[in-house]
Amino acid sequence: MKSMDNIKNTNSKDETTASISANEAGAVVMAVKVDDLTVAYNYKPVLWDIDLEIPEGVLMAIVGPNGAGKSTLIKAILGILKPIAGSVSIYGKPYHKQRSHVAYVPQKGSVDWDFPTVALDVVMMGTYGSLGWIKRPGVKEKKAALEALEKVGMLPFKNRQISQLSGGQQQRIFLARALVQDASIYFMDEPFQGVDATTEIAIINILKELRKAGKTVVVVHHDLQTVPEYFDWVTFLNVKKIATGPVKDIFNDDNLTKTYGINYKVSVQK
Amino acid sequence: MSNAQLEIQLIASLVAVACAIPGTFLVLRKMAMISDAISHSILPGLVVGFFITQDLNSPLLILLAALTGVITVILVERIQKTGLVKEDTAIGLVFPAMFSIGVIMIAKNANDIHLDVDAVLLGELAFAPFDRLTIGGTDIGPKSLWVIGIILLATVALLIAFFKELKVSTFDPGLSASLGFSPVVIHYGLMTMSSITTVGAFDAVGAILVVALMIAPAACAYLLTTDLKKMLGLAIFFGVFGAISGYWVAHWLDASIAGSIATMLGVVFFLVYLFAPSKGLIAVMYREKRQRIEVSLLTFLLHLKNHSEEEERHVNHLNEHINWQKVKSKTVLDLALKNNMILINNKIVSLTKKGDEFTSQAIDYIITNEDTQIEDMKKHFFLFRG
Ligand SMILES: Nc1ncnc2c1ncn2[C@@H]1O[C@H](COP(=O)(O)OP(=O)(O)OP(=O)(O)O)[C@@H](O)[C@H]1O
Ligand SMILES: [Mg+2]
Repeated sequence: MKSMDNIKNTNSKDETTASISANEAGAVVMAVKVDDLTVAYNYKPVLWDIDLEIPEGVLMAIVGPNGAGKSTLIKAILGILKPIAGSVSIYGKPYHKQRSHVAYVPQKGSVDWDFPTVALDVVMMGTYGSLGWIKRPGVKEKKAALEALEKVGMLPFKNRQISQLSGGQQQRIFLARALVQDASIYFMDEPFQGVDATTEIAIINILKELRKAGKTVVVVHHDLQTVPEYFDWVTFLNVKKIATGPVKDIFNDDNLTKTYGINYKVSVQK
Repeated sequence: MSNAQLEIQLIASLVAVACAIPGTFLVLRKMAMISDAISHSILPGLVVGFFITQDLNSPLLILLAALTGVITVILVERIQKTGLVKEDTAIGLVFPAMFSIGVIMIAKNANDIHLDVDAVLLGELAFAPFDRLTIGGTDIGPKSLWVIGIILLATVALLIAFFKELKVSTFDPGLSASLGFSPVVIHYGLMTMSSITTVGAFDAVGAILVVALMIAPAACAYLLTTDLKKMLGLAIFFGVFGAISGYWVAHWLDASIAGSIATMLGVVFFLVYLFAPSKGLIAVMYREKRQRIEVSLLTFLLHLKNHSEEEERHVNHLNEHINWQKVKSKTVLDLALKNNMILINNKIVSLTKKGDEFTSQAIDYIITNEDTQIEDMKKHFFLFRG
């Protein structure tokens, strides 16, 4: 799947403008398509009938209150959870055929922090997918991992056991791990959780770089103030999908109120 | 050493290695109790397998019994998934039931099966050399040696082939799934291998020792390293050490071999738990003490840096000012003097150039958490060892 080769990338405008790539016929390429998706835990649905299209080349925020089903949506897209209804396609094909094009940074706490492994090793795990079963990582994989660590500013910590890193540093390690996967679509579940302002800016710059390279980036995000500054697309989610589209068109008090239930007043700069 | 003695030690060592490998992953997956469940509940599988094959070392019997082990794991998971009980409770529900079914089956058919409950729990290692395998009239060694040897070869081959898959699915099942390495497949693969190893080891060493050999060496290794490969190596080392030292303890005390090996493993774990260099009890206590002193030292140096007035820096006043006990302030003063960080002139304490630099650097480090610039401080101070 290399749809990025035959598309014109129209991404040269203002950072905050939506920049969607289109193929020769002018149609927008959909990186992810979710149809009528319903997901339940123990038969209690937490996502109801979600339809969602994520165009290629966007930097999208998913926003919604705690328990809205944001993490669940990402896990269902990635096939980690089985939906009770509906389907997901990545560039027109089911996820299990497109694995190597998708990278995922989980919400903190889903790994065994006391596992005997160091930062470099964790980042190397990102290369396992392209290696496939049985084949072992070699020099090339190690080099890729070191470069990714350098990019997120974590090279000095490469030999640290991961539980001995601070929360923000751990977050950067997982970002580096996603980077070495060299995917087309990145899903990140709250990458800014518990990181300081400098790290947050460093991370958002890396994400913007990814988008510039034609990648699609989907981020669960809690800080509504920064949505217009960081992202060009946004999806409002609360059990159902409230709205999805370019930030400049749909990031308004009306949708925020529908999603969060209370009267929201976030001034949206044009 | 007689031939039989050598063979017993060899069998015990091979069992130890074969157990340490899956055991390492069971410990990392917090599934130590599962090995207990498997080792007890394969009994009915063994009995049924024995009725069918009439041979305790037949490969079919081993597979049948291993299947019972996997069924146990599935049963435990089913019960746990109902959400009514926790995993340990589910294990506690399943394996005594399975084990008793096996015991009843043995009791009912006592005449046909040369298995008794003692042998099941403690094995018959001492007799292993007498049950020999012959091909075309030539003696090629004890049967158990061949059984466990083949299982060990399979285990090592699988470990080498699937090391990275085992690692990533244990560390982060979510990533493993998204990379295409199904955690479910790897989980049941590991469970099957653990069951087969358990069955193969069972006849020689019994249920209790199988559990001990799977868990104790891996638990020791876990305390000693932050590298998975080293952890596997150490687990194997401790397993073999326990097997051989246990054998000789049994020899000298004229006690049960399986019992002595299990005891040795317990002793080794206790020692490692106490003396492990960074995670051991003593190391942790020592480090905490050092850190307390070093934090005090830093507080003290900061005080000196922030106060130029002499009365604030008089030895006698320091106690009141920073509010320390006498003993402690002496330790701190000694430490600072020893490192040439302070000078005491007419009972007035002042920072040396080195002390001044150290203090600024330390403060910088604490604020920025920059790891690279404090490499040389690390040698002297636990505080900066991360
Ligand atoms: N493993 C689980 N079993 C049962 N219910 C779950 C499970 N995981 C999540 N839920 C429930 O599903 C709903 C959606 O959870 P989800 O984790 O997707 O929320 P979220 O939008 O990511 O929230 P947050 O902002 O707090 O991360 C919540 O009501 C949660 O309680
Ligand atoms: Mg979440």
